[in-house]
Amino acid sequence: MPWDFKPDRPIYTQLIEQIELKIFSGEFPPGSKLPSVRDIAQEASVNPNTMQRALAKLEEDGLVVTHRTSGRSVTEDIEMIRKAKNRLAKRQIAEFLEKMKLMGFEKTETLALISDMLEEMKK
Amino acid sequence: MNAILECNNLKKSFGTKLALAGIDLKVERGRIVGLLGPNGSGKTTLIKLANSLLTPTEGSILIGGKKPGVETKKIVSYLPEKTYLNNWMKVHQIIEFFADFYEDFRPEKAYDMLKRLNIDPADRLKNLSKGTKEKVQLILVMSREAELYLLDEPIGGVDPAARDYILETIISNYSDNATVIISTHLIADIEKILDDVIFIKEGTVVLSSDVDSIRDEKGKSVDALFREVFKC
Repeated sequence: MPWDFKPDRPIYTQLIEQIELKIFSGEFPPGSKLPSVRDIAQEASVNPNTMQRALAKLEEDGLVVTHRTSGRSVTEDIEMIRKAKNRLAKRQIAEFLEKMKLMGFEKTETLALISDMLEEMKK
Repeated sequence: MNAILECNNLKKSFGTKLALAGIDLKVERGRIVGLLGPNGSGKTTLIKLANSLLTPTEGSILIGGKKPGVETKKIVSYLPEKTYLNNWMKVHQIIEFFADFYEDFRPEKAYDMLKRLNIDPADRLKNLSKGTKEKVQLILVMSREAELYLLDEPIGGVDPAARDYILETIISNYSDNATVIISTHLIADIEKILDDVIFIKEGTVVLSSDVDSIRDEKGKSVDALFREVFKC
């Protein structure tokens, strides 16, 4: 997944979200070693200080851990990753439901639409 | 630790024209800073003052606590807006020249970057395109382990693909704790790599802030804010 930044929000928060996604999707698997701040900043073409700040926040949240000698890695706590992933999913669904509501859909109608679509995608 | 660059009521006039009208500024170490302003706003004048190519009319400018001069040139790596390299020289000769000149110059770093950009060290400068020359010059500047890099319009003359490479070169080669000041008006291209921005307009600082605060508070990019502040 390539890095992509929107112009209207802090780069730092967008970095956190995108690293989280990489952890959830398994691109950065549990327990895996993360590249150095400089390397990962270079890959995303962002300022290393900004990357440092984003990683420090992820560390505070527990998704990323620092070892004294060998740099940073993704947490091995699969349960924690699962919880964080679910939290994100719930936020996305809440946003989606809010939009559907604005379009005038009842919850049951929305649910029916989703099931229909899933059925069609199976074919 | 003291600021790497500090200006106090810095003024510079050329005859009756006031190029800098009293700049107060403090730039910390370990930052990448964008010096942004329209043409003729005083960006280059400020950078030249920092390199003692000009002297202040009034006020002061200090680099790491010292007045610009021989001592500060040891810690400042400067990329001027115009090329000053001798056209008859070969790329590797210029590298040797720089290695003689600056204690903190790392030739191996320069050769490594040349290789990545497919530039042959045996080529003569006069045979290189304008863009390639600019790349060579940036490579020379970034191969020093300086405390302050002053880059005057480093991406103006190169194509967008090379721009990305140059920005990457800047991010990956400035030494820890060093500060990089980049003057440009191509803001959208460099916004992602900046910590702080300084907006300068008609010789005065109109805004000095960090990039994420701008995005956070104004809900817009630095580029969009610039267009608003400098609307013609």
